[in-house]
Amino acid sequence: MGLLKTFKLGGIHPPEEKRSKDQAIEVLPIPKVAYIPFSQHLGAPAKVIVNRGDLVKTGQLIAKQEGFISANIHSSVSGKVKKIDNVIDASGYRRPVVVIDVEGDEWVDGIIRTDEIKKEVMLSQKEIIDKINENGVVGLGGATFPSYVKLMVPDGKKAEVLIINGVECEPYLTSDHRLMLEKGEEILVGTKILMMALGVKRAMIGIENNKPDAIEHLTKLAANFKGIEVHALKVKYPQGAEKQLIKALTGREVPSAKLPIEVGAVVNNAGTAFAVYEAVQKNKPLFERVVTLTGKSVKKPSNFKVRIGTPISDLIEAAGGLPDDTGKIIGGGPMMGKSLSSVDVPVVKGTSGILIMPDAEAGRKEVQNCIRCSRCVTVCPMGLEPYLIEKTVIVEDFERTENERVMDCIECGSCQYTCPANRPLLDYLRLGKNKVGFIMRTRSKR
Amino acid sequence: MDEIIIYAVISLGAVGGAAAIILYFVAQKFKVIEDPRIDLVEEALPAANCGGCGFAGCRAFAEATVKQGEDENNLEGLNCPVGGNDVMADVAKILDLEANEVDPLIAVVRCNGGKINSPQKVVYDGASNCTFVHNLFGGEGGCPNGCLGLGECVDACDFEAIFMNPETGLPEVNDKCVACGACVEACPRDIIELRPVGKKSRRIFVSCINIEKGGPAKKNCEVACIGCSKCFKVCKFDAITMKNNLAYIDGEKCVLCRKCVTECPTHAIHELNFPPRRVKTGDKDKNEAKTVLKVKHPAQENAVVGTVKLTEKVKVEEQAAKKDDNKIEDKLN
Repeated sequence: MGLLKTFKLGGIHPPEEKRSKDQAIEVLPIPKVAYIPFSQHLGAPAKVIVNRGDLVKTGQLIAKQEGFISANIHSSVSGKVKKIDNVIDASGYRRPVVVIDVEGDEWVDGIIRTDEIKKEVMLSQKEIIDKINENGVVGLGGATFPSYVKLMVPDGKKAEVLIINGVECEPYLTSDHRLMLEKGEEILVGTKILMMALGVKRAMIGIENNKPDAIEHLTKLAANFKGIEVHALKVKYPQGAEKQLIKALTGREVPSAKLPIEVGAVVNNAGTAFAVYEAVQKNKPLFERVVTLTGKSVKKPSNFKVRIGTPISDLIEAAGGLPDDTGKIIGGGPMMGKSLSSVDVPVVKGTSGILIMPDAEAGRKEVQNCIRCSRCVTVCPMGLEPYLIEKTVIVEDFERTENERVMDCIECGSCQYTCPANRPLLDYLRLGKNKVGFIMRTRSKR
Repeated sequence: MDEIIIYAVISLGAVGGAAAIILYFVAQKFKVIEDPRIDLVEEALPAANCGGCGFAGCRAFAEATVKQGEDENNLEGLNCPVGGNDVMADVAKILDLEANEVDPLIAVVRCNGGKINSPQKVVYDGASNCTFVHNLFGGEGGCPNGCLGLGECVDACDFEAIFMNPETGLPEVNDKCVACGACVEACPRDIIELRPVGKKSRRIFVSCINIEKGGPAKKNCEVACIGCSKCFKVCKFDAITMKNNLAYIDGEKCVLCRKCVTECPTHAIHELNFPPRRVKTGDKDKNEAKTVLKVKHPAQENAVVGTVKLTEKVKVEEQAAKKDDNKIEDKLN
């Protein structure tokens, strides 16, 4: 097989712990009450267009996009709008949601519900982008950036290659892995649609070498698709980060504070490719997604196909209940995920997994003094000096923080993972990003 | 040998003299004429360089006062919060103007949640920094507007005027406060407000900034403002306004009648530095039904500022104390 590609700078190898990789995707029953947040994407929250007491069908538009960077939100269930209320979401704050009492499961006309694979695409570039926008497709890797914005290449720039991210470098998570195995052909058709929308002739699918079955499956299928290549990548975290993946696959480096389009690349997640296929070929809005529910003491780690708005307590119940030694529930993976403060948090478009950590592992260890071992510098995939940035943030020298390029930090958490003194490096880097971002915004206003 | 010394002295002297003449003319040419009053004003200021006046430091404030005094012949809008009216009177004397009297302000912490009234629901063990936690989640008590208790305001204070109370987990302001506003800016949740000190430093304020509806607010905190508007209705002086399910008392309009304090069902309105109330006979039953605990509050000792229901923890402690007493009695017997 020769040498496998990977990115050069930094990176770590956390234990993989892919416990649910052999569990086929299960369809979770529709919840009794669905909580659908207005803001499930990066950018402005959508504007709600239903009222209390309205009857909605599955797939019906309930909140309209507001502004350029925003996305439509569709009902994931059919039933009656009970109220528009605030509930705690993954951010830890109460945010507005549409609460729907579920009655039956009646879908909007026009959605094709068969599993038959439709390969031919008869639409123009603009029609494809409009359809993706209408159906509220956002990046399903976790950042939830509206997909249609990515497909509109700005003037003066040219997209050369489409990259499909099937890396799934986060430990524990397996939702993309299962999707690639079970819906491989659909993902490839979705890739073809994305290529047409961008007007590129080449697409690269990057998959880490710890998923040999998915690599084999997709390579076999890709033989029938012109211009789609499947690449096996060396296992290294954070390879799934946009800039690192571009570096690994194409050898190009995205400049600081620039978007991938600068080097002619557009990156989309494998899950997004599937959502694009469903949106364009089946007219199906993005209202369900695959979520991994896993953890060391979870009875039955599983991959569920879940309607958006299902409380995560339903998922936990389906996987055998909350273990007795639960110390922390994390939305996302262990490296970049965020601990949740309630089990009533609804699943949103960006929920790729729920991780239940046992008490013994959940807590942080005692913080000690920095011993200047420079491990954090070695592992930083962006070439930053986390120990130094942490110091500048603690003494509030934010000018220096900015000069140390804190805004380039991708918050992968490698520095904190590797720190032998257990320093909360990522916390301070995030704080530095927040403060410096505020200073930069104030400056640009003047 | 002597010649060398003489030549050296003469040549170096000549160079030095020439340089002195050049420097003299340059100094005349580029002389900066500075108002001597700026130095005098700066001397009169407290030299705290806190920035509470809105300028970069005492020197910048002195320059601004002299400039405004010259241009507009008044000192309106200029105030040194640290020195107060006395220092401003001195400054005005130097500039031959009339002093601008300003009511002194003091920082007030508008949250009474803390560990006692807003019990911990989740455990946070990351970096000890309010801004970071504020960006991360709602806080350990669950209130999205409540004090996080990590003391960024304490770090910001240059005057040792604000401290964390380890019992309540809330910051407390003492008399050293000069209303420079450093803590107001430091707090990511805008809990601290500068309010008029008031007559005999008596003040009444709503100690809550939670804008949620009554139900969710009360769920997270025993003493939250639930937006019931009872205080708004009882106030005859239009000092109370209701906005976003939250009452706000205008410190300047308030006449300190204390009617709203008794009206508030959740004891969210606090009174400070008032003499204790006379307990009417009719109220006795009520007081017995609810155990009144003395709660220590910012800048005020022994003030009854609210009632706290007996929590499970307090009950357990009381029982434990009783048991201990019994044991001692047993031993004595």
